[in-house]
Amino acid sequence: MKNSISQIKKALIEKKISVGELYDEYLAKAKSGNNNSFNLVIDRDNNISSINDSQNRYDNGNPLPLDGIPLGIKDLFCTKGIRTTASSKILSNFIPNYESFVTQQLLNDGSIFIGKNNCDEFAMGSSNETSYFGPVINPWKNKNSQKDNLVPGGSSGGSAAAVAEGSCVASMGTDTGGSIRQPASLCGIVGLKPTFGSCSRWGIVAFASSLDQAGPLTNCVEDAAYVLNSINKHDFNDSTSSNHQREDYLVDINNSFEKKIKIGIPSDYLEDVSDDILNQIDNTKKALSKHGIEFVDVKFKTTEYALSTYYILAPAEASSNLARYDGIRYGVREDGESLDDIYLNSRTKGFGDEVTRRILIGAYVLSAGYYDAYYRQAQKVRRLIKNDFQRILNEVDFILTPTTPNEAFKIGDKLDPISMYKNDIYTVPTSLAGLPGISIPSGLSKNGLPLGVQFIGNYFEEKSLLQLAALAEKELSFNE
Amino acid sequence: MSNNWEMVIGLEVHAQLKTSSKLFSSSPNQFGSDPNENVNFIDSGMPGMLPVMNFGCIEMAIKTGYALNFNINKHSVFERKNYFYPDLPQGYQISQFEFPILSEGYINIETGDNQKKIRIERAHLEQDAGKSIHDIDPKYSFIDLNRVGTPLLEIVSYPDLSSADEVINYISSLRQLLMYIDVCDGNMQEGSLRADVNLSVRKKGQELGTRCEIKNLNSFKFIKQAIEYEFQRQINIIDGGGEIEQNTMLFDTSTGETRAMRSKEFSHDYRYFPDPDLLPVNLSQEQIDKIKPLVGELPQDKFNKYLDNYSLDKDIAKIIIAEKQNANLFEKMISESTVKPKFIAAWLVGDIFAFIKENNLEVNSLNDKTKDITDLLRLISDDVISNKAGKEILPKVLNGEGKPSELVKELGLEQVSDSGELEKVIDEALVGEEENILKFQGGSDRVLGYFVGKCLKATKGKGNPKLINKILLERLKK
Repeated sequence: MKNSISQIKKALIEKKISVGELYDEYLAKAKSGNNNSFNLVIDRDNNISSINDSQNRYDNGNPLPLDGIPLGIKDLFCTKGIRTTASSKILSNFIPNYESFVTQQLLNDGSIFIGKNNCDEFAMGSSNETSYFGPVINPWKNKNSQKDNLVPGGSSGGSAAAVAEGSCVASMGTDTGGSIRQPASLCGIVGLKPTFGSCSRWGIVAFASSLDQAGPLTNCVEDAAYVLNSINKHDFNDSTSSNHQREDYLVDINNSFEKKIKIGIPSDYLEDVSDDILNQIDNTKKALSKHGIEFVDVKFKTTEYALSTYYILAPAEASSNLARYDGIRYGVREDGESLDDIYLNSRTKGFGDEVTRRILIGAYVLSAGYYDAYYRQAQKVRRLIKNDFQRILNEVDFILTPTTPNEAFKIGDKLDPISMYKNDIYTVPTSLAGLPGISIPSGLSKNGLPLGVQFIGNYFEEKSLLQLAALAEKELSFNE
Repeated sequence: MSNNWEMVIGLEVHAQLKTSSKLFSSSPNQFGSDPNENVNFIDSGMPGMLPVMNFGCIEMAIKTGYALNFNINKHSVFERKNYFYPDLPQGYQISQFEFPILSEGYINIETGDNQKKIRIERAHLEQDAGKSIHDIDPKYSFIDLNRVGTPLLEIVSYPDLSSADEVINYISSLRQLLMYIDVCDGNMQEGSLRADVNLSVRKKGQELGTRCEIKNLNSFKFIKQAIEYEFQRQINIIDGGGEIEQNTMLFDTSTGETRAMRSKEFSHDYRYFPDPDLLPVNLSQEQIDKIKPLVGELPQDKFNKYLDNYSLDKDIAKIIIAEKQNANLFEKMISESTVKPKFIAAWLVGDIFAFIKENNLEVNSLNDKTKDITDLLRLISDDVISNKAGKEILPKVLNGEGKPSELVKELGLEQVSDSGELEKVIDEALVGEEENILKFQGGSDRVLGYFVGKCLKATKGKGNPKLINKILLERLKK
């Protein structure tokens, strides 16, 4: 088991290690670059004053909540003065002059950034294979076929691999349809997607605005609570940022529940799944039943519509969100004879296949004559999916599902988009509903690969969701 | 030729709102800055930047709603209008489409002696785009993003207009109202008010023809020229056996002609959809009601007040209400002095406006001179100086050359109202005028004027004519 944030902080406070030594340990791993989990590793020189400031605060006995903690940041967060590419050619030379709201909170709390994690291009993908900087390799190997390189999941694949390989203590990811939870599951770590509206989207390269949400990928549930405490704040510059009262997510995390907890398991999610996956649900059920938690069957009415709804709405928003990458003001420009040629060349050469595909799908579903049949209809179905979740969450406190329908697969294995999209079948409905979901490691597959389960809670109930996940984690933890 | 043809016109008027910052960003909303000076990360479409609605724009839209008799919608939605152009950094314009903030309004315009009601379908808030400048360099175009994101209210009329004059009347009335409620500066030259003209022609009584849209007209002169040219162009096509194509036209100000910019088959599919970065605008009745008192007096209210309370002539009242700054100046003078409003009004639309026009001034620029002006008018109406002397002093007062009473003394223009002194003058004037005196007594009134003139001349124009008149009559009737 890797060291948790609280263990690291204890070591720093007790001077068993210095901030610089800690940083160098993680930096060395990040620099080795075996799994291609970083698009950019920040020079030590650029962090030296942060390291010294942090050490001073420890020496003075007043460290900040994340003081000295080395973090990875998905290359989708704009970081001031540090190249931010969204793993796309079109932004491969882009250096923002501003810091995203979320990463600013992490800096304010004393953390130190190791670098920018690789991810799928514009966060579009479930295997981290669409990155302009090449695929990320999952640190885990199939014990029956050790030589194969496996995908880490996506789109926050670099973040998940970096945490799993130990090149950062935690990483900031983003989740639009499962991009935190799915790679966390495939890399054997914890991934939390907070309620939509919890963490500001300001300064995050947008994919699908009504779905995008920042969240942590960590080694343990408690670490997720540490990061969430830092990043979960109202932001006036994001109109969709909720101004509800935030809680301290650490305070009760190791306490048992005072009231009786009921968890629903959607039977329709478990049709046609492998034994590996069924085992995860069974393990979790057994582990939590010991704590007096009750499990009931629930059934969604809308599950079969979720993926198609998602693959209309997310591309629609993406097609518009990505219009600004035109080679005119920043990013890579490919010249041409006319203005239209500049657009055509810059965008054709600047975007990869998956991004191009989604822009085309998005433009299609929004175009005159198709809008009502696709976009408007999908919005209505999204409303029904929300209502469906609400109905079930009126009966139970949480929902338990697998995080993914399968273990990590070989790089290059899933070539057709539809089978790739199906990887997010358990995470997409939650995203459409805007609900919080957390994936925790729940066991190993027959091939010795990590798998995870997902807990879904009600809106803005991250505190009890983390509490439940921490409880399950104690029973389910596995060693590498 | 065009006798039995009529034109049918609907207008889209874009009014730039007078907010201090832009519709969705905190950059200053001002004209005339250096290129790309008023541009922040949001305006320039940087990755991850998000719009935040400026509620001041909503308040201005609500005010407009009251002034133009609109339904003010509690629910409105900002959508994205998607198209590529270098002066549109986000790749989309945020605008209201399916759910505008205002719907079904109207204004009345004057057509000859009658009033005509022009119905307005809707008005919605949207962002302006930047400016592309193509004439600096033969090879490159230049982009100025200062205007990106400035708030516009697009006011869309029904096709209720049927002549260039009506169109100009309609736009003038809109402009007047928007300036009155302080939501738009009305400066057409700077593009604060621009119009797209949708025009079709038909034989009287027949069904509507195919329309063409002439884009982006920003002066009354061009609007009139464009309409007249386009009217004739369409008639000529139909008379020649052709058909009108639904085109978007540009008006060439150098030739006075319209030409097609793009035809319908190349028209954009803007792929509107609700902007997921913004929440729908949901207003409470309370929020809407709160704005009502801010609307203030509208031109028609003032017109009625001027006639009823101040007994102004209609024509004079109309001139004063034409622009809010006129009315403001007028009302300021009334509130600061006891000179009769009617007397003030006559001087305002006469010599004062003439002075403003001659010197190319803004009416506003006299706001700090009202006390001096009314002091001067007081001297005139109290007969301390003559009307003629008043006209002489006025420009000096308006130029700030001195206080009226000082100027009167300095220039020696004070009227002689001492009756003893005037009696002497009159007695001298009547010497040797026995013949004329007899004429007067015989009933010739004209002689009186002759004598007054003679006395005034003797006082070098400073004699109080009323007093001279009075004393003369007493003398002559003896």
